[in-house]
Amino acid sequence: MPSSTPFWSVVAIATAFVVAGLASAHHMESAGHWVTGMNNRVVWGVPHVFAVFLIVSASGALNAASIASVFGRETYKPLSRLSALMAITLLVGGLTVLVLDLGRPDRLIVAMTHYNFRSIFAWNIFLYTGFIVLVVVYLWMMFEPRMNRFVGRVGTTAFAWRLMLTTGTGSIFAFLAAREAFDSAVLAPMFIAMSLSFGTALTLILSALIFSIRGDGLPTELMLNLRRLLAYFIIAVAFFVVVDHLTRLYGAEHYSVERFILLEGGIYSMLFWIGQILLGTILPAVMLMQRRCSTLVPTIVAASLVLVGAFCQLYVLIIGGQVFPIDIVPGFTETSGFFDGVTAEYHPSLAEFGLGMGGVGLALLTYLIGTRVLAFLPTAAFDSGPSS
Amino acid sequence: MSCKPMKKDESAALAQHRRTFFTQAAAGVSLMALAPGVRLVELAMANSEDSPPSNDKRWGLLVDTAKCESGCDECVSACNSEHGLSGHGRPETDAQWIRKVDLKDEQTGHELSIPILCQHCEDPPCVDVCPTGASFRRADGIVLVDKHICIGCRYCMMACPFQARSFIHEDLTGQKTHSPRGKGTVESCTLCVHRVDEDQQPACVEACRAAGHDALVFGDLEDAAGPLASLSSKTATRELRPDLKLNTGVRYTSF
Repeated sequence: MPSSTPFWSVVAIATAFVVAGLASAHHMESAGHWVTGMNNRVVWGVPHVFAVFLIVSASGALNAASIASVFGRETYKPLSRLSALMAITLLVGGLTVLVLDLGRPDRLIVAMTHYNFRSIFAWNIFLYTGFIVLVVVYLWMMFEPRMNRFVGRVGTTAFAWRLMLTTGTGSIFAFLAAREAFDSAVLAPMFIAMSLSFGTALTLILSALIFSIRGDGLPTELMLNLRRLLAYFIIAVAFFVVVDHLTRLYGAEHYSVERFILLEGGIYSMLFWIGQILLGTILPAVMLMQRRCSTLVPTIVAASLVLVGAFCQLYVLIIGGQVFPIDIVPGFTETSGFFDGVTAEYHPSLAEFGLGMGGVGLALLTYLIGTRVLAFLPTAAFDSGPSS
Repeated sequence: MSCKPMKKDESAALAQHRRTFFTQAAAGVSLMALAPGVRLVELAMANSEDSPPSNDKRWGLLVDTAKCESGCDECVSACNSEHGLSGHGRPETDAQWIRKVDLKDEQTGHELSIPILCQHCEDPPCVDVCPTGASFRRADGIVLVDKHICIGCRYCMMACPFQARSFIHEDLTGQKTHSPRGKGTVESCTLCVHRVDEDQQPACVEACRAAGHDALVFGDLEDAAGPLASLSSKTATRELRPDLKLNTGVRYTSF
């Protein structure tokens, strides 16, 4: 029996994050959102970067289960239950951040009882809750031997559902016709690619963590497969990023926003080129394709870089897209006491990072506890893991 | 009893008298029959707490930019005063329902100043994206927020092309009973709906007129004989962000 000290150490860290998150949320709600960096120009900030990251990753975390159940790849089977657990915990973490950032989180019941079906946000509430229910059923099919025969069908449904989920999440931004930085149908498939990439990177890191705590390490064959997948997914995200920017660069109406994001946006341009492209795309892609880096440590480093790139990408997309001024009267320069016509200021506060990290902590904590409560991990030799 | 035959002249006069009597009687009866109905229509048309707004009207605002002075913010002050928008000296987070924006034509250098407020669109993006339906459009075209079901997600603020909405970032003081607000919810220009429902003009319009500019004209966009139609027929009007085809209720002239 391996020592439980590492396990409880990680639990303690995750709990500390959760406590920090709750304290941050309490501070933001009692004082009001003015204590954050968010304002009437930048209405969504760092908490939303964390929330979207966790939600998108939740969908991608189900990759291992989907590949095993839908595409019949036995190699991934031992990770099926774990990946389903990851999917649920990440989604719950992300939604918690989103809810606690609301101006009126006490009105959650209103959000669950009043729906405007023209709103993609309302649809997403169903997509998120439906996903959790579906993955719980999926887990039941995997855990209960008598239900194993339904795993394929439920797995296929969950696979289709998670594609809709990420399409819905991307559409939250894609449907914002008034804002130049969003308003693009490419965002929906780009979010699907992002979910595959971020989710696979998290699967590598969280699986390696839990196997390491258990003392038997992530099996080499599985790690190599996940590495290869991650490399493909990084390239898929890069493809959509290139297509998105090329499309915008083609039309004169978007020159300004492209010049802002790519060249003159200061911190946003820097995060795009250094964070998203160099650290989050090129470097991990090269590392994952190099045979010399095919051991666990470089793989985890590459996966971590993908996550760094993910945060940068979402920061540039969500916040960069808001600080860029809306051209309310085209053909005229605009000036006002409300910062019309100029790049908006956004300085994220500690409370926002605290809330975001609280969501990460909650996902990690419930993931760790989950592995202790039920048999999410394969019990026998890895190659003959539990039927799923 | 004997009957003397009437003379021809007498008979004609009597017939004329009878016709007049029946005509007047019919008119009187008609009046008595119609009057209550007319009164009912009048009552039905009246604004009251029990009568919902009707789509017979579409309230709107016409801004004559030639009359709107740069540096004048009477409309902004009137709005703040009317709705109790006191602010905390933090322009990034303080509520602002109407703001003055100075414009300069990039080609000609022509300068002008306009007020920007909720444009009360016919197809408002804020209403489309609101997950709970808190953002809604009244039948008479006024776009409002139901403070009871707004959860403060701010998606409407992301969607608004005019950045005309504000989120209440902190505790409120000095609230007006006719303009309820709520910390953690989103708000915007109500077109002074509480005044409009009592056949009054929005506070900004009155303030602009009192300042002698008369740059804001309020009225029914559907009324062909109303002040908006009258002004619009003399000069071209434009809406902000015409590319989005929102058919805004706030229109601008002279630029």
